[in-house]
Formats: sequence, C-alpha cells, structure tokens
Amino acid sequence: MIGFIVKRFAQAVFVVIAVSLIVAVAIRMTGDPALMIAQGATNITQADLDRIREGLGLNQPFLVQYLDSLRGLVTWDLGNSFVGGTPVNLLVDKALPATLSLAFASMFVSIVVSIPLGIRAAVARGRGSDQLIRIFSLLGLSFPNFWLATMLVLLFSITLRWLPPSGMSGFASFIMPAATMGVILTATNVRLVRTTMLETLNSQYIMVARAKGLSERKVLYKHALRNCAIPLITYFGLQFGALLGGIVVIERVFNWPGMGTLAFDAVAARDYPVLQSVIMILSLLIVGINLLVDIAYGIVDPRIRTK
Amino acid sequence: MNKQGLTPILHIDELSVSFGNSPVIKDLSFDVFPGRTTAVVGESGSGKSVMSMSIMRLADMAGARFPSGRILFSSGAGEGVDLLKCDQEAMRRIRGKEIAMIFQEPMTSLNPVFTIGDQLCEVLILHEKRSRAEAMVEAERLLVLVRLPDAKALLARYPHQLSGGMRQRVMIAMALACRPKLLIADEPTTALDVTVQAEILNIMKDLQAELGMAMIFITHDMGVVAEMADDVVVMWQGEKVEAGAVEEIFSCPRHPYTRMLLAAVPKLGAMQGFTHPRRTPLTVLRNGELVKEGDDRQQDTADYTVPPLLRVEDLSIHFDVKKSFWGRTTHRNFAVSRVGFEIYPGETLALVGESGSGKSTIGRTIQQLQESANGEVWFDGKPMSKMKLAERQRLRREVQYIFQDPFASLDPRRTVGDSIAEPILTHGLLDRGAPTRRRVGELLERVGLSADMASRYPHEFSGGQRQRVCIARALASKPRLIIADEALSALDVSVQAQVINLFMDLQREEGLSYLFISHDMAVVEKMSHRVAVLYLGQIMEIGKRTDVFERTAHPYTQRLLSAVPLADPSARRQRVALTGEIPSSIHPVNAPPALNPLREIASGHFVAQERV
Repeated sequence: MIGFIVKRFAQAVFVVIAVSLIVAVAIRMTGDPALMIAQGATNITQADLDRIREGLGLNQPFLVQYLDSLRGLVTWDLGNSFVGGTPVNLLVDKALPATLSLAFASMFVSIVVSIPLGIRAAVARGRGSDQLIRIFSLLGLSFPNFWLATMLVLLFSITLRWLPPSGMSGFASFIMPAATMGVILTATNVRLVRTTMLETLNSQYIMVARAKGLSERKVLYKHALRNCAIPLITYFGLQFGALLGGIVVIERVFNWPGMGTLAFDAVAARDYPVLQSVIMILSLLIVGINLLVDIAYGIVDPRIRTK
Repeated sequence: MNKQGLTPILHIDELSVSFGNSPVIKDLSFDVFPGRTTAVVGESGSGKSVMSMSIMRLADMAGARFPSGRILFSSGAGEGVDLLKCDQEAMRRIRGKEIAMIFQEPMTSLNPVFTIGDQLCEVLILHEKRSRAEAMVEAERLLVLVRLPDAKALLARYPHQLSGGMRQRVMIAMALACRPKLLIADEPTTALDVTVQAEILNIMKDLQAELGMAMIFITHDMGVVAEMADDVVVMWQGEKVEAGAVEEIFSCPRHPYTRMLLAAVPKLGAMQGFTHPRRTPLTVLRNGELVKEGDDRQQDTADYTVPPLLRVEDLSIHFDVKKSFWGRTTHRNFAVSRVGFEIYPGETLALVGESGSGKSTIGRTIQQLQESANGEVWFDGKPMSKMKLAERQRLRREVQYIFQDPFASLDPRRTVGDSIAEPILTHGLLDRGAPTRRRVGELLERVGLSADMASRYPHEFSGGQRQRVCIARALASKPRLIIADEALSALDVSVQAQVINLFMDLQREEGLSYLFISHDMAVVEKMSHRVAVLYLGQIMEIGKRTDVFERTAHPYTQRLLSAVPLADPSARRQRVALTGEIPSSIHPVNAPPALNPLREIASGHFVAQERV
C-alpha cells in the first residue's frame, strides 16, 4: 500500500510539472503583458515598455520566469493584479474558499441524494419508482445549468422573495447555486449508481448475504454499496474536475465571488497574473483530488491494497 | 409420511413456482428428514435451483410467484410453519439460522471487500447476538471445524487471497455457524477440482453426522449423488419424475429419464479391456421411450506409422507475478516446466490435471496465444520459431481451439453463421457470399444442427447447441488439430455424451487430431488414445490410455483417479486421505521448482520420479 501511494504521488508530481509548464507557455502565447498594461495610455515609448517588462521580470529567460512562478506558488506570493494592483494571493485567499465551499456543497448534495435514489431505482428495476427516478434524472440532464439557475432566481428571489438572488451572504445564499449544480450532478450520478448497483446486485455474494438473513438495508448499504465504490469514486473524482471547470457559469449567474468570477474578470481585463494563478491553482486541485481518489481505491478495495 | 420413525423436517407439498406466466416448477412434493441427505438431481432447466431458492424465499427477489403448494418447515416439535406464508421479515429470522445455504461458485460467493472474519462474524452477531470478540473466537473455531489450517491468520484475510477450495470451506463454515437444522447445498463442488471436491464432500458428510442436520444436495453429477445421498429426487423440466432411496434409484431406476441420465454418465473403468477409444450408442428419450442411437464401435484412427503432427519439446512457460519497487521481477509463476509430448495424425492426446497444472497454458501456446520462455513446438515437422509470418498464419488455420464456455466464446451480437464464416473469410478459403454460405450450412449440418440456423443468434441456442456451433466454427478452416480446452465441462451429462460422440465421429471421418484438455478422468478414459498427467506444470505420467488408467504408476495419477466419485452407491469407500491444497507454482526467480525427469517403465509409458 505504501509503495502504491508513493508511486501515485510521484506520478502526480510529474503531472503538476507538466501542467504548470503548459500553463506558463500558453499564457505567454496570448501576447505581451507590457503592451496590455500600457494599452490605453498615450505616447508610450519603448523605454517605458522595457521598464514595465523589467518590473514584471519579463526580461528574464523563460526558465527563470517559470521557476519564479513556481516559487511564488510555494511561498504564496503570486504577484500583483494588473487591475488595481492588489496582490493576487489576497484575491485567491477570498475566492478559493467561496468556490470550494460551493463545489463541495453541491457534490455533497448530489452524492447524498443520488446514492439512495440510485439504489432504490436498481432494486425496483423496471417498476414504478425506477421509471419515475429515471424520468426525473433525464429531466435534470436536459436542463442547461444557466437556464435552471435563472428560473430558480425568478421563482425564489423575484416572485417569492425567499432567497437572495446573488452574492455570498450566509447559508441562504448557498441554496440556489448549490441546488443548481446539485441537480445536474445528481441526474448523472443517479444513473451511474443505478447501473453499477444493478451489476453488483446480480453477484453471488449478494445472494449469500441475503441467505444469511441480513436485512435488506444491510445487504444494500453494506455489502453492495462498498463493492460499487470503485467505479463511483472514479467517476466522482472526474466529476469534481469537470465541476471546477463548469462552476464559472454558475458563479457568473449568481455573482458568486469565487475562482470562476475571478477568472472571468481576469480574462475580460487581460489580467494575466490573476489568470495564471487561477488556472494553476485549479489544476493543482484537480491533480490533488485524483491523487486522493487513487488512495481511496486502496482503502476501499483490498484487492488493490494487498497486491 | 413416516420413514424409519422420523418426521420430516421439511415437507414440500405440491409446490408450483412461476416467473411471470411461465411455470418453472409444477406440483413438486418431497420430504427431507433430519440427519439424512436428499439429493435433488436434474440437468439445467430442471428447476432444481429455483426449488432451493424458493425454500429460502430468495426466489421472490427474482420475481418468482407461488401459485400453489406448501413448504412446511418444522424446526422443533409440533406443526411446522409454511414458509410460503411467511413474510420476508420472518424469513430473515430463519435464513442463516434454521436453514442455511451453500452456493455453486465459491469464487464469487464471498464478498471481496470484507475479511473472512467479518463475513463469518456477521451471521453470529446477527442471529446469536454475540459480541464481536465472542464471534471472532467462534469464527476461528468454525474455520478449524472445516479443516482450514492457520485459522486465526485466515480471519484477517480477504477472499481473493484464498483458493477456490478454501473459499468453499469458508462458505461451509459460514453456513454452519448457527447450527442450522437444514443445509441446502446447490452444486457446492461443481466448480472445484476432483481432489478438492473429494475433500469438501468428506467434510460435509462428517459435519452432517456431527450436527445431525438434514441436507438438500443439489447436483447434476450422479457420481456425487451416489457418494452423498440417502434419498434421491430426480427432476426433469420442473417436475419430479422419480424419488426413492439412493440404492433403489441406481439399481432399478423406473422413469425413462432417470435411466437415460444414468446411461449418459461416463463411468470410470468402463473402458477396461478395450484398447482403442470406444464410441457408445446414445440413450435418448423419445416420446417417453428409451431408444439407443448410433453404433457401438472401437475406433482405431491414430496413425503411428507417420511422423507426429505436433511435437512439443522441452516447453517452459513463465509469468512474472511480482516485481520489486524498481521493476525487477522477483517472483515468477512457473506455469509449465520442460514439458514434451507428441500427437500423431488421428490421435487424441488427453492432458489431464487440476487447476493451476498448466494444461490450458500449453494449449494456448500451441495456438500462439501465449509466448513460451523456452522449448520448441514442431507442427508437421517444422519448428514454430523458424516459421515465417505466412506459415504462422497457416498454423493458426490448421490448429483450432474450442473453449470451455460456449456462452462466452460466441459473440452475442453476431449470427452464428457470421461467427462460423469468420475463419473462412479471414483465411481467404472461399469467396464471400454464396460459396461461404453454402459451406456454413454444411458445417452446421456436420455438427448435427440444420443449415437454416445460420441466421440465428447465440442466445437462441441451448448450451449444447452452442458448443456444436463452436465446433462448427473450429472445423470451418479445415484444421488438422483441434485443441479442446475443457470443451465438455460446462455441459449437462446427456449433452456431453452427444458431443463426445460428435468428436469421435469427426475424428474418424476427417482424420482429426485432438489435444483434449480436461479434468474429467471418466471422459478422458472414453475418448483418448494417450494420456498425459500434468501436475504443477510438469508431466507426471504419460503413456497409452490403457497404461495410465490400468497400470497407473504415479501416485498423483492414482490420487486423481481415486478422487473421482463413482456413480454407484454400493461402491462408496473410504477415500485415499488427501493432503490439502495443491502447492503454488509461484517461486522466486532464482529458485525455480525442481525438475522431475521422466523414466520409461514400459514401451511408451513414462513416469516422473516420485515427488508428490
């Protein structure tokens, strides 16, 4: 197991290096930041541009710049935003918790809802409740998230005036964004849980568990669910990555002060230190989550652990 | 009903079971008595498993309905309860405690993610309200009871770390944990090797005597019935056709189906006095009458005057199983070590051995599905290693493989006609279209099916028919050698008898050679010219069938033969004591297994120096 974790960790480090290199190169291909800073200002001289470049460290060779950005990441000194000169780490310090809490909240909602529903559908395969659950999941899949978000705002904020339409201010403000993302995640997850569960329920050991006289609850939630865990964890891990990407839209609609909003504004303002940091941090998060997923395999499945 | 003054513990009374609108069991009645074993015998589709699932009321989960009948179960004195009237809640108190069950597939019966200890304790905690610590102590005792060595360490291990035989013993321990009054064993040894089967049957018999429980033993193997049963119920197409004491059933079977079943069972030792493989007529049931079909003949098809068709020389095959952190191989599975044999035109060589003996690995290597580490395979006088690409392709055409599982070896989304046509087209033997279609039709008729079946899909066929389709596919490329890898093991005995005859007819008419890989000694005895006995990747004994079976020289061969249950209850005997599991063929790279050189004790009869 230790060897397994060490190997996975080494792989993750390699991925991080590759990702950070790609980000650094890609950002530099979008144009000269000095020109971006200088744009709008009149009678800029070559000397002014050089000064800006020197200030940003852009006159250094690429490798030095790249290592500097890595060091910045480690020391949490991410440079200053082009817009207003705020240190990027302060922006991220605020935005990252907002995004993570939203992402985890919606993941949590979707897992807690989809597992019992998926199991229920699998057990009642082909019968009424299965049909109903599948119809709802299809509906959930068919909503575009921005549309669903807008409808929720119209209903709960404008008409009923129950929930705040935007911003992050206490628990009430969490409900709609988390629900929007949760609905779409749940719709896919229910189907996934149902399919893996159906396969597991056909196994001989489920029959054996029932023949022992165990209650249906124990059979399903202890014996079957643990065996479904591998495909589920894999998928939840991948989903979390996709979720961090897709969160931009939701954050825009609800004006959520998270990484998505930060990235969106940074793109609009060509605020490249902010953009680079956001992309790097999100990538690191995704790599980290996948590492956790790999370790979770070993915990859940002894066949991997004891190999 | 009263038998020897006993009251039945289970009384099944005109039970009918149906799924949807199709009845699976019709008016089934029989009794089970405490301390006795009732064997329920029948082939696939007879409803015997549904019967056991119905007693447990587990059939409900699969959608079974019970239009009529009663299943009276009396655990103590007085009137029993009708299990069909119990709700699932009440059934849960009976399952695992009063009635326990053992299933066919030990490899999949245990939950892979929980330890053996956890799974054993679960029953004890549930039904006997023991604490976990108490349950663990009891679990260890149970593992000792089923003769598992090192019981304490075993509690912390996971199912995948155990062999099939060990897992089935764990299953027995689990079933017996609460000392049930009735044990239902559904084909408990079918998936196991004969020597392991013999040991499991012994354990079950001993524990039954010790606990005085009743047992329902479901099987299709008449040998196992003769070995285990006190009473026998024969089921056919969902109905009981005959019931009685085991001696009666075997000595004077009344119903034609029972007689057919008994006639189809290959009997070990039936070939004594015959020098060549013998084709025997089939006993089939036609309009309720028994009819003998086909001729009885010995066939001498092997041609030893010409050089061998296939020669395997010094073949070794390894698999790397364990690597160090730096990727260097530290342990290897020495699957096959320096094996050599020949097959002559028209000859059947049987390769027998238990799981892990390397018999399938050898077959796969000849078919070029597997690389060898050492040694040479000569086909038609040419070494495989020196063959050019085109010659290797030709070899793939002339050697065909038939697999064990006819369900898994046909593509479910293609018609059987397409599957049979594939080798013809791949090797460019005939033009696409009419010529190929005609040939496919011929092949189907050749194996006893009809040409118009080509457009059907595999799921429309029974197991036996599918295996015929696989044989037709193997014949499609006009092979000279067919490797049949446990090709009969998944079939019912009556179907098995048909397919054996088909193999023998094809050999006579087409001059085919067979490499017949099997663990079933009785079938091997019937079909083969020569036999090679494999143990842990090495040949222990090889020679003419008459030599190996009648003048057995190696103790391992002896052990295999003595482990085969005989379909004769009067011949029950104390078995040769068997010593545990087959050791592993995995060794450190620098310490390969010792080789046992073969010694010729009679002309063509070679035996390894003793080791087992």
